[in-house]
Amino acid sequence: MSDRVLNVENVTMQFGGVVAVNNLSLHVDKGEIVALIGPNGAGKTTAFNCITGVYEPTNGMVEFMGKPIICNHPAGKMKAAYQGENGSLYTEKKVLNPTPDRITALGIARTFQNIRLFSALTVFENVLIAKHMRAKQNVFTSGLHLNHSEEKRMREESMALLEEQGLAHLANEVAGSLPYGLQRHLEIARALATEPKLLLLDEPAAGMNPQETIELAEFIREIKDTHDLTVFLIEHHMDLVMRISDRIYVIDFGSVIMQGEPAVVRNDQRVIDAYLGVAEDA
Amino acid sequence: MVGTKGKKTLVTSFVCLALLLVLVIILENTLKPTNMLFTVLKKGAVYALVVVSMNVLNGFTGLFSLGQSGFMLLGAYTYAIFTIPVADRENIYYLYNGAALNFSFPDMFASIFGEGYAATFFGVILALIAAGIVAAFVAFLIGLPVLRLKSDYLAIATLGFGEIIRAIFQWNALGKVTNGANALKSFPTFSDFNITNADGEVILRLSTFFPFLIAGACIVVICMLINSSYGRAFKAIRENEIAAEAMGINLAHHKRLSFMISSFFAGVGGALFAMFATQAQAKTFTSSMTYEILLIMVIGGIGSISGSCIGTFLYVACSEWWLRFLDSQVVFTSVGAPSRVIFLAVFAIVVVGGAVLLIRHEMKTKKRKWAMALLAAVAAALMVWWIMFVATGNLILPLAKNGFRMVVFSIVIMIIVLFFRRGIMGDKELTDVAIALSRKMKAKKAAKTGEVAK
Repeated sequence: MSDRVLNVENVTMQFGGVVAVNNLSLHVDKGEIVALIGPNGAGKTTAFNCITGVYEPTNGMVEFMGKPIICNHPAGKMKAAYQGENGSLYTEKKVLNPTPDRITALGIARTFQNIRLFSALTVFENVLIAKHMRAKQNVFTSGLHLNHSEEKRMREESMALLEEQGLAHLANEVAGSLPYGLQRHLEIARALATEPKLLLLDEPAAGMNPQETIELAEFIREIKDTHDLTVFLIEHHMDLVMRISDRIYVIDFGSVIMQGEPAVVRNDQRVIDAYLGVAEDA
Repeated sequence: MVGTKGKKTLVTSFVCLALLLVLVIILENTLKPTNMLFTVLKKGAVYALVVVSMNVLNGFTGLFSLGQSGFMLLGAYTYAIFTIPVADRENIYYLYNGAALNFSFPDMFASIFGEGYAATFFGVILALIAAGIVAAFVAFLIGLPVLRLKSDYLAIATLGFGEIIRAIFQWNALGKVTNGANALKSFPTFSDFNITNADGEVILRLSTFFPFLIAGACIVVICMLINSSYGRAFKAIRENEIAAEAMGINLAHHKRLSFMISSFFAGVGGALFAMFATQAQAKTFTSSMTYEILLIMVIGGIGSISGSCIGTFLYVACSEWWLRFLDSQVVFTSVGAPSRVIFLAVFAIVVVGGAVLLIRHEMKTKKRKWAMALLAAVAAALMVWWIMFVATGNLILPLAKNGFRMVVFSIVIMIIVLFFRRGIMGDKELTDVAIALSRKMKAKKAAKTGEVAK
């Protein structure tokens, strides 16, 4: 299965006694746009944080391009306290808990639900920083400016990216002073600068009006094609999700309750129940 | 190219730096060497380097560390231990029956190309580098556990480190190396860099030039680092750790790197401080020294290298020189005495300027008439005193006695912090200010020519 970009298997994230993500299994194939939806507090962002290494999942495995990148099983105190399922499935496997920067280096980039730009730095610097990771340099060659060609390459690539994104005229603006929509755009541009294969978008349309949301949908499609990406996104705006997703995962209480194409998900009773609640005496 | 500081700015900065160095040489060889100016310049250069090194960590990487005096101590002792002439060691370490280490860099170079200026120079340079390396290595070790902490907790841990280092260096058991609580001395100092002729007469004074050269070179290297890819990564960590990590920046690695670089230059600064003080003694590197450095950094502007340098010289000049007269009940008997003229001018500027600023502030905000009247009355009373002073030409300063200088100094600092909340320079550099100014001028010119054209 070489076209399987991301494969999440039985991931459980337990904080103390709270199981935020429960036995979550899903996969994203190459070139797909997959959406993860669910009511507030369903564990969508926690799932993202598990995949990107912000949290160490309590149990489960994440594979990227066919290779396990994250793997853990309940150990120590958590062994007794574990409330999830499949707790013994990965005990024999090698524990892998890379930091977020390692995950980014593998080719998974993400944006954040609440914008996290380097707000005191310029737009150009924001993108340039994302190039730092892949630059062939060390602190001496870079710090003493001995490697001009590498620095020049980083700058040129960053500028080219900004031009492609139509942000070049803002290059010297301070990122924090940009309007909200442009900040969102810059965050995606910055994620693209890390040269990802998989892009995780956490509520990219948050705070946007319907017109902007439609434009965003077009934009996501466009970058997916131009940058040869696979996109996995969390979103609340159903018009966006229905418009661009190839498949949709619906989660509630940390577990997938169903998955399928937009048309199927839209009419599923379980999804409606999850969002609207089930009548007590039904 | 967008985002780069133009080559023009770079060249201008270098030319300014070179001019500054030349000016130092000229001043040094024309004025009397006992002039207070040179103490201020020497100490200022040393402190500027230490403040900038602290700024690398606190201002650019956003790690609040208070270990600077500890790393300075390491640098000072390393420098002293590697440069005290072997012949003098018996004398200095007399309490411990001689030193454990009988080796010095200047001696080593002297055995290669003979006694003289070159041997001292290269020996000192090598010892300065060693001082930096030792400090950086200790920073690496300390960083392993300590850099897991953030903000205030990191500050407390590093503060503790500084105290521990000071205690260790005063420990008797290490006496053969550190000379216990006693000072290490008779190593090469700044005055050893004056060029003398065969009779021992000074031909060319370079004792102020040397610290300027070393500190200047180090600050240039720091500037280059800050403007490099790694410098940007440091700033990214300061701005948002989570986002920086998501951009592929290894937090542990980069924080450690920043800590080590900062400590390296603090170590070099400490060695220079030992040269300035002509001795290295653990008890001088107290935490109050760190606070002094922190204070200068805040006054100069956190995250501004030129701000740090300007702040340092102002601070050192104020604390060592300009406010000295407040420590004794000076009677300004001679009407034309420079200290009297300076005092009168500064007093008038502070009173009138302060009153105008405060009244304008009041007019803009609350418009309380009584407050404005009170301010005006106080200012008028002070100015009446001033006029009396000018008229009589002879007055004893009230309150002035030993220690009063520090009271006035603290008030000045409070005023600075109140009016320049982000320090003198904020997080801007002199080059930014110059560029902005030149742009403004150009715009004005353009506007003028446009008017003329109409």
